[in-house]
Amino acid sequence: MKKGVMRPGHIQIRVLDMEAALAHYRDLIGLIEVDRDDQGRVYLKGWTEVDKFSVVLREADEAGMDFVGYKVVDNQALDTLHQELLDFGCNVEVIPAGELKGCGGRIRFDSPTGHLFEIYAEKEQTGKWGVGDVNPEAWPRGLTGMRATRFDHCLLYGPNIADTLKLFKEVLGFDLAEQVVDDNGTRLAQFLTCSMKAHDVAFIEHPEPGKLHHASFFLDSWDDVLRAADLISMTDTSLDIGPTRHGLTHGKTIYFFDPSGNRSEVFSGGDYHYPDHEPVTWTADKLGKAIFYHDRQLNERFLNVVS
Amino acid sequence: MTQSATTADIPKQIYQIRVLNRDRVYLCEAGKSLLIGMEQVNADCIDVGCRGGGCGMCKIRILEGDFQTKKMSKSHIGDKDVSEGFALACRTFPSSDMAIESDHVRTAAVNCCNRYPESLNNQATNNKDNAEDK
Repeated sequence: MKKGVMRPGHIQIRVLDMEAALAHYRDLIGLIEVDRDDQGRVYLKGWTEVDKFSVVLREADEAGMDFVGYKVVDNQALDTLHQELLDFGCNVEVIPAGELKGCGGRIRFDSPTGHLFEIYAEKEQTGKWGVGDVNPEAWPRGLTGMRATRFDHCLLYGPNIADTLKLFKEVLGFDLAEQVVDDNGTRLAQFLTCSMKAHDVAFIEHPEPGKLHHASFFLDSWDDVLRAADLISMTDTSLDIGPTRHGLTHGKTIYFFDPSGNRSEVFSGGDYHYPDHEPVTWTADKLGKAIFYHDRQLNERFLNVVS
Repeated sequence: MTQSATTADIPKQIYQIRVLNRDRVYLCEAGKSLLIGMEQVNADCIDVGCRGGGCGMCKIRILEGDFQTKKMSKSHIGDKDVSEGFALACRTFPSSDMAIESDHVRTAAVNCCNRYPESLNNQATNNKDNAEDK
């Protein structure tokens, strides 16, 4: 049941070197740099996103993810969810408006997987970058690199994805769109949506809490994914795997690493989900095909390397 | 041994890298990290992860030799690790022949969120309610 959560709104990623990170997220992936703050954080977005920013980079001593934020429809939904998060047993913190520039008050909470999430209702709307709202052109000139259109989702690793599903489903109103289930009926991976997308967030069961597997950005076409692969070679960027297709969600994809070791994905296509759809299930004995539909082989680095 | 230097001023040279635990030797070009150098000659004796100092997969212990390092994620190489000779091969640049041990990747910490209500924790090991809870 929908509870007013609309979409992934932002992710704050820790990087070891800001200039190197900007060469990756801005110049290679093609996000637009929109602002910086007095903490030294840099704010970026994909050009189709209407809100001010969706990616925040913070220079730190370790790689990984600080938090992921989701935008809710209004402040009433925010207040309701705030109470329900407390009732669920989350540790909840209220972050005042303006702590992220242009963002309203945020409700931050933790998950059984050991990640920090946020919900918020208000963020400055600066519109799509380079095109207007009225009689808009197809795309703006002046985009760089892979020309990523939006921050799409992230895949997170941590323990107790079962209770994290309860949190996202019962409190936040996400649906289980896809899953990987083993012979004993234990769910190893879950892909959750608050929209029609195959995933707005995904989790894989993992003993270490709070880990980031990847942050993902959307491209329009398979041609764009192939072109992204060309750019990865041209810039001697650390390649993980691809271009290929996933069995899960059927997205066409390539994975690579930022200069701090955080994994990035750019992808196109993918399945859709309506609230009356049953979850799509992949069985663990077909995990190779579920992850890489063509190779049909498990890839240790893809499964085990997280930041 | 110095930390955090650039590699631009090192003349092109080839160093012999002995990976004792794997009983392998490979040649690494100056200016390349131990990991990239190993990948270039397909030596396959250090596990490859992100190649960016963030994931810890290529954690090694340095036994002999001179080198420089770039910034590494503290969650994998803390101050104690540095003093004990640990480093990430992707961020270690040789300036002499070296002897190292690979396969020091950290095993993932177990234990999750015991702050959650016991009723929830109990279900953690019993999440068999997968498809029916639509």
